[in-house]
Amino acid sequence: MAFISSGYDPAKPMKDRITDIGPRYYEEFYPPIIKKNKGKWLYHEILEPGIIERVAESGDKLYVIRVGGCRLMSISHIREIMEIADKYCDGYVRWTTRNNVEFMVPDSKDKAMALKDDLLSRKQPGGCYKFPIGGTGASISNIVHTQGWIHCHTPATDASGTVKATLDVLFDQWENMKLPAKLRVSMACCLNMCGAVHCSDIAILGYHRKPPMIDAEYIDKMCEIPLAVAACPTGAIKPAKYELPDGTKVNSVSVNEPRCMFCGNCYTMCPSMPLADTEGDGIVLMAGGKISNRIDAPKFSKVVVAFIPNEQPRWPTMTTTIKRMVDTYSADANKYERLGQWAERIGWEKFFEKCELEFTHHLIDDFRDPAYYTWRQTSNFKFT
Amino acid sequence: MVEFKHKTPMIDELETGPWTSFVTDIKREHESRMENPKGIDFQTPQKCCDDLLGVLELSYKHGRTHWKHGGIVGVFGYGGGVIGRYCDQPEMFPAVAHFHTLRINQPMGHFYDTKFLESLMELWERRGSGLTNMHGSTGDIIFIGCTTVQLEEIFYEMTHNLNQDLGGSGSNLRTPSDCMGESMCEFACYDTQEICYQLTMEYQDELHRPAFPYKFKFKFDGCPNCCVASIARSDISFIGTWRDDIRIDQEAVKAYVGGEIKPNAGAHASRDWGAFDIQKEVIGLCPTQCMSWDGNKLEINTPECTRCMHCINVMPRALRHGLDTGASLLFGAKAPILDGAQMATLGVPFIKIESPYDEIKEKVIEPIWDWWMEEGKNRERLGELIKRQGMQKLLEVTGFKAIPQMIQEPRSNPYVFWREDEVPGGFKRDINEFRKYHQR
Ligand code: HEM
Ligand code: HEM
Ligand code: SF4
Ligand code: SF4
Ligand code: SF4
Ligand code: SF4
Repeated sequence: MAFISSGYDPAKPMKDRITDIGPRYYEEFYPPIIKKNKGKWLYHEILEPGIIERVAESGDKLYVIRVGGCRLMSISHIREIMEIADKYCDGYVRWTTRNNVEFMVPDSKDKAMALKDDLLSRKQPGGCYKFPIGGTGASISNIVHTQGWIHCHTPATDASGTVKATLDVLFDQWENMKLPAKLRVSMACCLNMCGAVHCSDIAILGYHRKPPMIDAEYIDKMCEIPLAVAACPTGAIKPAKYELPDGTKVNSVSVNEPRCMFCGNCYTMCPSMPLADTEGDGIVLMAGGKISNRIDAPKFSKVVVAFIPNEQPRWPTMTTTIKRMVDTYSADANKYERLGQWAERIGWEKFFEKCELEFTHHLIDDFRDPAYYTWRQTSNFKFT
Repeated sequence: MVEFKHKTPMIDELETGPWTSFVTDIKREHESRMENPKGIDFQTPQKCCDDLLGVLELSYKHGRTHWKHGGIVGVFGYGGGVIGRYCDQPEMFPAVAHFHTLRINQPMGHFYDTKFLESLMELWERRGSGLTNMHGSTGDIIFIGCTTVQLEEIFYEMTHNLNQDLGGSGSNLRTPSDCMGESMCEFACYDTQEICYQLTMEYQDELHRPAFPYKFKFKFDGCPNCCVASIARSDISFIGTWRDDIRIDQEAVKAYVGGEIKPNAGAHASRDWGAFDIQKEVIGLCPTQCMSWDGNKLEINTPECTRCMHCINVMPRALRHGLDTGASLLFGAKAPILDGAQMATLGVPFIKIESPYDEIKEKVIEPIWDWWMEEGKNRERLGELIKRQGMQKLLEVTGFKAIPQMIQEPRSNPYVFWREDEVPGGFKRDINEFRKYHQR
């Protein structure tokens, strides 16, 4: 490997520099049928799971096939998507906000059906679909997620792995539209929640349970101590002197452990404060959130399982717990009712009973002001 | 056969089952790099995908990550767009010892043609790891993994040859993102792609040069279904809506009632829910009970409708949103850290979304930024500032009049902090004048 210059000259970084040009103009990438009918679509119909017919006022029809994608995608895989787009879609393709890929076939339903067969015939060596079709209507769409062990420094679990394990278990709900309403699952690997997991029907969240360790001998050499102190959202970190076994006094920090919420911000600022821990780290499950304003207002997801240990590579306790929630909801909820609307209608006490989830004191909110509003201020409740 | 340096028995278990395997996919990229039929002179180590699998396997074994945060790496003059990343076992995994991320500003709506995609892939194959996220949670294309020296090279080639810029990260405007909107969706009430693009271009400086107390996000949802989740994760959430009547095609309503058209665009087709019952499924579920059906005609009492989308979602061929469209703007959503999660709060119930968006820029975005940059504490999101200083302050800044649409219910305490200028005569009074009538 020999370094090849692009033309950039490190000695003169401003030479020929181009900045602030933004993204490419989206219209360049609209298929002609979209350019023509934009803003003039009349209706859509899901012909079968994963296949949507979109009809414009002009009478034009567009067939959209939705396939699941791993958010982590190699360029070899993307090139295969491009080859398919060239063959069936005049070289256009789009992604959805949930990491799905949409192939858009203008005019011809037959061509769309041929594309479907083609997509389903493509498998990875281990037998996994390269392009699973589904995720429309009353189904479980792709699980949006974050980086995890593949590329972040604060995760308490893996993202891609928990997602793969969960989608394998829920695959029937991806491929079919059997649920009372759509069900959105999201995953974030630490409480910073890079994705919007806090408003999902079911959220998988990585969580640390041990405060950071302090590498006292090195911290002053490796970090700016004031930055580490300032990084802590709860003010748990204070500068402190520390005496090493050999008697040397060094500048370090102390952590007020009961105040630590295990966010890892200190580690972001300072590699001498790692908090990852095999036993400490694991999964929180949340449920009942939604984003849409349909029928009622958006809702936050609530913590329904405070902790499940990491059981890589397939997290069986986590996936069976999720499956049980999905199945119970599916059997019990009314048509159109989202998981959170169902839980509120039957009452959360019934939710725990029906889903066979243990309730523990960890599930009662004690974090700042909003906590009070989640306790019960009435004598009306159901016995379980 | 391409060789793999690391044995990966744990993650290999993720190579079966129906869902696409990311492990298989990373292996595929390793094979492609090793076979290298095009003879590419890889600028990021050729074996990085193999080493990445090795790092991941080690994390599966330990139950702990092996990445460190990156300190300050970036491209000259920009404060964001690059996230530094180092492996904490560089001797074991030298090909990913430095493995930084670039955020590339995605085209709006995530539409691509294969020509543009190939230009991105060609660049990233040659100079980077060949691994991406399509897309990150904010919406950017994420290029995962390259060495420090490649950052400027990639930026140079991207701006010079692809006419393409980085996205935002850090305490700045994050890459705005949108739902597919009018491009394909009949529910869209305004052109999400156009405003997303125009505001991204208008605020390039804010996007690339962090000058804010913390991150700031715009997101654009074409209707209250909120497919990009703007209400949960943006500082200014644009949600399409309308003011006039929902358009009703009575014949199509009858076709739904008669079972000729599947309800909810066929969304429930894999299960037998029985015959469609308009009374139960539409009229009865309307949250404001503003609909009626007499067996022949569907009526909606528009002033009572809160535009929740339910009826339109159930009968998209019969019902369409009104024609006097615009958006509701909501402010201050954020994830739980630190004071708990916040959903965005309605601050502008209705505004027209029309290019060049002057009212939105001058009455909403810029005054809010001025206020937040003046008063916001370090790492305080807009939603927290609004909570700390009050919604009144938000209205003062934007100049919108307080109206009951903005709240769920009025306050239940009378502790109004009257301002001096609101009370006739002000606060300064003459105690001696008072004492003429009131003994000590
Ligand atoms: C103090 C809080 C936070 C910290 C320290 C933090 C840190 C990070 C870091 C280090 C990464 C890089 C991961 C990688 O690519 O290697 C990242 C990515 C990201 N963060 Fe955060 N984050 C925080 C909060 C948030 C929140 C609240 C959101 C969204 C509401 C968010 C959205 C994102 C997004 C979209 C990415 C891109 C990677 C992805 O899509 O998963 N972050 N964050
Ligand atoms: C939302 C805030 C409050 C409102 C609107 C409110 C209103 C009132 C009103 C209208 C009365 C009747 C006065 C009368 O008949 O002469 C009253 C009496 C009273 N309030 Fe409040 N109050 C509030 C908060 C409080 C608080 C915070 C406390 C104590 C911690 C309190 C303690 C009392 C007591 C002890 C009385 C009875 C006084 C008496 O019988 O002489 N109130 N309040
Ligand atoms: S959620 Fe946390 S651990 Fe996961 S990518 Fe974001 S900051 Fe990293
Ligand atoms: S993990 Fe978070 S809360 Fe705990 S000490 Fe570090 S910064 Fe503070
Ligand atoms: S938010 Fe509304 S307009 Fe946008 S894609 Fe979703 S349903 Fe369509
Ligand atoms: S949009 Fe919602 S509130 Fe309005 S008529 Fe339809 S169901 Fe009722």
